[in-house]
Amino acid sequence: MPKDVIRVEGVVKEALPNAVFRVELENGHVVMAHVSGRMRMNFIRILPGDQVTVELSPYDLLKGRIVYRAG
Amino acid sequence: MTIRPKTPEAIEKMRVAGRTVAEILGRLRQMARPGVTTADMEAEAVRLMRERGARSLFIRQPHPRGGPAYPGQICVSVNEELVHGIPGPRRIVDGDIVTVDVGVEQDGWCGDAARTFAVGDVAPRVRDLLRTTEEALALVCREARAGVLWSAVAGQQEAFVRRAGFSVVTDYVGHGIGRKMWEDPKVPNYVSRELLRDDFLLVEGATLAVEPMVNLGKRQVREMPDGWTVVTADGLPSAHFEDTLVIRRDGAEPLTRLPEEPLGA
Repeated sequence: MPKDVIRVEGVVKEALPNAVFRVELENGHVVMAHVSGRMRMNFIRILPGDQVTVELSPYDLLKGRIVYRAG
Repeated sequence: MTIRPKTPEAIEKMRVAGRTVAEILGRLRQMARPGVTTADMEAEAVRLMRERGARSLFIRQPHPRGGPAYPGQICVSVNEELVHGIPGPRRIVDGDIVTVDVGVEQDGWCGDAARTFAVGDVAPRVRDLLRTTEEALALVCREARAGVLWSAVAGQQEAFVRRAGFSVVTDYVGHGIGRKMWEDPKVPNYVSRELLRDDFLLVEGATLAVEPMVNLGKRQVREMPDGWTVVTADGLPSAHFEDTLVIRRDGAEPLTRLPEEPLGA
């Protein structure tokens, strides 16, 4: 049985230094998420209020990686 | 990251659990015929588990995002269903491809494997998909030797699948296995920035469940409203082959294969 690469939807609450964001997830948890490499290369701007998809680390569910911005 | 090898005694116990998994898959391969329901296959798997003193690792597995626990004893996924198909009243028809995933715990140790079976008259391109996915796993067995980084093996596997014109699924990954079904590390079938950051060196005696999932069309997948069944987003077929492997100096040895059913034959 394969392991799920955990992805959840959330809303950006605050932009922090070094392309790190505070993101509130659907389930109400707040995680720190950095931006995936591909999104950085394509200069996709992320602002508070944006709807994003976060990939969580199975080792530390309070840290994640923004892999997609809606819209 | 370094991974801890299993002792030879532990590996022998995993071989016993692995043999049970292989025998169940062998029986379900014979059963996968038109008219059989996926629940019939599950009932037969449960009967064989009981006979051998094994139990399912899948039933009551918690949902990764807080949904309902997994209700089945095995997973049976048909055609565009990729993984986590819940056995039920669906009848197999001629031309289907049926993925069966079986995981058991026996005497404290685990075995986990999956195969996609072609039932009757299956389109040539779909047969190609099954062959390519199984060959990707055979490639892993040749290349995954002690002293090699997993990213090197995953990269070759990914390139092999792409050359055949198919897509590697990136939403689900293989895993370490031992006393528990899901142990560290995560074992993806593709190379990502995350893997390069958390790469691991293969060591002799490490046990991994390696499981390429390959789509005929695009790699995107979605979850059905039952919270478990995962299907391809484009509705095209998907194949899944998995074995529990032990890393050796000259390659990886499957623990979930019978001698009469060698990998890549």
